[in-house]
Amino acid sequence: MGAEVLGGIALGLLLIAPPFLPPYFLEILISVMLFAYLGSAWNILGGYAGQFSFGHAAYFGIGAYTSTLLYLRAGVSPWLGMMAGGGLAAAFGLAAGYLSFRYGLRGPYFSLVTLAFAEMLRVIAVNTKAVGSSLGLVIPSREAAPWSFVFGGKLSYYYVILAMALAAVLITRRMERSKLGYALRAIRENEDAAEASGVDALGMKLRAMALSSFLTALGGTFYAQYFAYIDPTITFGPAVSIQGLLQAIVGGAGTVLGPLLGSFVLTPISELSRAAIRGRAGVDVMVYGLVLILVISFLPNGLMGWVRRRRA
Amino acid sequence: MLLEMDSVTKRFGGLTAVNRFSLAVGEGEMVGLIGPNGAGKTTVFHLLSGFHPPTEGAIRFKGASIVGAKPHAICRRGLARTFQIVQPFVNLTTLENVMVGAFNRTDDVATARARAVEVLDFVGLGARRDVPARELTLPDRKRLEMARGLATRPELLLLDEVMSGLNPTEIEEIIGLIRRIHAQGVSLLIIEHVMRAIMALSQRIVVLHHGEKIAEGLPENVARDARVIEAYLGEEA
Repeated sequence: MGAEVLGGIALGLLLIAPPFLPPYFLEILISVMLFAYLGSAWNILGGYAGQFSFGHAAYFGIGAYTSTLLYLRAGVSPWLGMMAGGGLAAAFGLAAGYLSFRYGLRGPYFSLVTLAFAEMLRVIAVNTKAVGSSLGLVIPSREAAPWSFVFGGKLSYYYVILAMALAAVLITRRMERSKLGYALRAIRENEDAAEASGVDALGMKLRAMALSSFLTALGGTFYAQYFAYIDPTITFGPAVSIQGLLQAIVGGAGTVLGPLLGSFVLTPISELSRAAIRGRAGVDVMVYGLVLILVISFLPNGLMGWVRRRRA
Repeated sequence: MLLEMDSVTKRFGGLTAVNRFSLAVGEGEMVGLIGPNGAGKTTVFHLLSGFHPPTEGAIRFKGASIVGAKPHAICRRGLARTFQIVQPFVNLTTLENVMVGAFNRTDDVATARARAVEVLDFVGLGARRDVPARELTLPDRKRLEMARGLATRPELLLLDEVMSGLNPTEIEEIIGLIRRIHAQGVSLLIIEHVMRAIMALSQRIVVLHHGEKIAEGLPENVARDARVIEAYLGEEA
């Protein structure tokens, strides 16, 4: 069966099946799509440009806090707040990226600096009363109001995050086939050779950073509106950063569909093992860890690498 | 003059890699840069392509200073290079490798692809187009280095030992290829250890030893120069 046919069937199922799913499975599917989305956003910088950010929580948190604060304090629609958060996150990403890239931080040094930026924001949020300190912010429950990003049932949230995840996939595909896509992959492979071939490495990495951080922030707003509660650890903590990059790496970093595929495998394992092994704290994390070790040992290029080998 | 290096010095800490070195390449010229191992030849290429800033001295390309310009900006002005140790983008196909270079002159993917296909056919890698660069043999990787440089449409191309590690037949083919590149109007500055090749190709040869220019002139004169012979054979000779 051709890849297009398979993709078409999968897309059809994602559109049609959810209304008939039990609520618990719908929740899992929402998580799958959220992490697929975050993985795709991370993938642009981490997978294509090869700049392994460990601190995408910074952008996720900026998105979540910006839209929530604008909504709670000024009544601004979270849809507009989402764009404001994206813009702010992109600006922060550009500043952090410029400082890191300008001074030649590569590989693990870049990763550590991004982690430090996210932790810095977390500590600031914990210590700032105006943003709720460590207690966080609650979005009071009200009547469904689509313009305020408040929906009656989980199904609407599902379709929002599905649309966002599909948009991220399409953006990635378009980027991959553009000059930027070629430049980013060249930088990932060998930055000096890319520069010698006329690639403005700093400029291209900053573009990837801006796009990646903008998209990640939109995911933060979705999270805030869906769970109606955010705090510094949830939004700025390392768990968010790692969740995003794991989907991409397990699925296949630097591939269009890798993060989506990775999330479809990882997120249900994470959710189901937590539900199945309830009562023994930590066992679910061990199962999750085991799966990760197996995937990384046996599929170094991720699931997409395996799919390609099978087809070749 | 297309390229002028004027009394350029490069020091790494206490080590002087290049000392008051001057070099000029005219439009349409093919110049050889030779010298024993460690003479500073590759450092000269790093200086010209913007990977190292000179400690002292001036470097001008088409009359404008390129000191302090980044490698990609120098490439954009029309000065491209290859690397002595080949640096392919191993996980990209041969075609994609060359397209990266072609994007130096266009933002359009179709235009870049067409240019890359043309250059690959020119260097004789047309049949290897869709192979990942990691699967190429060394001679093919050397051609790929040259193709990626050529795809940027340079006016001056720096070739750093593109024949090292090749057998005599392969060397003959590369010599032919370099002549065809030159015939297209690209000026060349060539570092090479294969003497037969550099003597045959160069219109003029510059000899570097311990970071200093010890001779310059026509190939046949340089080959007879006492200081050059001494540099190559060692002081005891």
